[in-house]
Amino acid sequence: MTSQVDEVLLRSLTPRVLAILVRRGADFAAAEDAVQDALVEAVRVWPADPPRDAKGWLVTVAWRRFLDAARADTARRRREDHLDAEPAPGPAPAVDDTLLLYFLCAHPSLTPSSAVALTLRAVGGLTTRQIARAYLVPEATMAQRISRAKRTVAGVRLDRPGDVATVLRVLYLVFNEGYSGDVDLAAEAIRLTRQLAAVIDHPEVAGLLALMLLHHARRATRTAPDGSLVPLAEQDRGRWDTESITEGVAILQAALARDRLGEFQAQAAIAALHADAPTAEQTDWVQIVEWYDELARLTDSPVVRLNRAVAVGEADGPRAGLAALAALDDSLPRHAAVTAYLHERAGDLATAARLYTEAAHKAPNLAERDHLTRQAARLNTRRRH
Amino acid sequence: MAKYLLLKHYRGAPASVNDVPMDRWTPQEISAHVQYMNDFAARLEGTGEFVDAQALAPEGTFVRYDGEGRPPVTDGPFAETKDLIAGWMVIDVDSYERALELAGELSAAPGAGGKPIHEWLELRPFLAAPPTIAQ
Repeated sequence: MTSQVDEVLLRSLTPRVLAILVRRGADFAAAEDAVQDALVEAVRVWPADPPRDAKGWLVTVAWRRFLDAARADTARRRREDHLDAEPAPGPAPAVDDTLLLYFLCAHPSLTPSSAVALTLRAVGGLTTRQIARAYLVPEATMAQRISRAKRTVAGVRLDRPGDVATVLRVLYLVFNEGYSGDVDLAAEAIRLTRQLAAVIDHPEVAGLLALMLLHHARRATRTAPDGSLVPLAEQDRGRWDTESITEGVAILQAALARDRLGEFQAQAAIAALHADAPTAEQTDWVQIVEWYDELARLTDSPVVRLNRAVAVGEADGPRAGLAALAALDDSLPRHAAVTAYLHERAGDLATAARLYTEAAHKAPNLAERDHLTRQAARLNTRRRH
Repeated sequence: MAKYLLLKHYRGAPASVNDVPMDRWTPQEISAHVQYMNDFAARLEGTGEFVDAQALAPEGTFVRYDGEGRPPVTDGPFAETKDLIAGWMVIDVDSYERALELAGELSAAPGAGGKPIHEWLELRPFLAAPPTIAQ
């Protein structure tokens, strides 16, 4: 999109415009297509002729597009007569329209990849091409995924909220996975979570937003200029985004004060303790272990227990960390990497090097594989001298 | 233009000249290798010859249909003797000679001691769509 159009404003209006069309009686799938057309039109027209009322402009154009499409579809001729009349206002919404769209796009009947794609398009206002590039699939494939998703939720009534946890899982996935085309998915996830937090008062929504902000604050320091991973302990903390950290911590504290703990708040609390440490050595590992205990209680996830073992290793020494690992299945992702690290800390470089090589063999992505191979190489080089 | 696949093997290709496992290199040698690969891909993007590059995990499984109403049969993980593909690069070039030249350059990526690996890469032409004028 051109720089002359405020893309963030435009896209922030997407769910509201879409909801208005649906309230006027348009079916969700056709309304969604019409809103996309209106967004494209806005990008073309606004630079030369900016509207005074951006939302009103989008509603008018999208509604016209919807009617044109309905008219072109002869099978809908009977309905068209009805729609062409001045639209009757729908029932007054008891719940914010934007919120209902989040629930629809994260509906439990959708697969995670479909829910992600539909959320980015219908709530985020991204184009199919942008979403396809972000997930490295052909545009036609992404278009199919989105239209199938729309068919899946076609019968869902847009009238009452669902389980907010399903929406949070989708937003977490947007933040955590995907590549970068011309869209920054992490920033988009933050925008969507912020927008959600504005329409629903829920401590876990705040928890997820805080978690995202606290991790996003470290982003610039997580990779070296050559693309290699930089572990948390070696990151240049002076380059962490303090504004983002301050906001994340404030949001988290307000959420925790409500005493309805959930897994995102607990994860954010751990991220906040890392953000709070001026140096890696000053990290409050004892408190971090306590938060992992809370997390394990909330989720009973083996991945959490694995991360807890790392924290125990830092708080009580590598032997204690290895003891905490002993109870865990060694086929867990990153089990070998964690064990290697704890053996290195305990001074057993031969075992550590062997396990780093094994961990590299099992690494789920190239950056991690290269990082783990470097760790093995570093220890093997040191042992030769 | 013709598309070629440059296949890199974990196992199954003849041994390379500078055949030292990566975890026996120094960390600097690994960085130099990764940099060489990134630069190579970036240069081919610049010349308009790059199509795709992907790496594969070393673990995998054979799978086959086992009849109506039955779950697929699996065999794996791969036996140690099996030819194992590590990854690939797809290039779109004007001639076979150009494809050979690029494969040679990729094989010269630095390894242990900063010396070229002289790794054997497999060069395979794509079977493309038939031309419009066939006579």
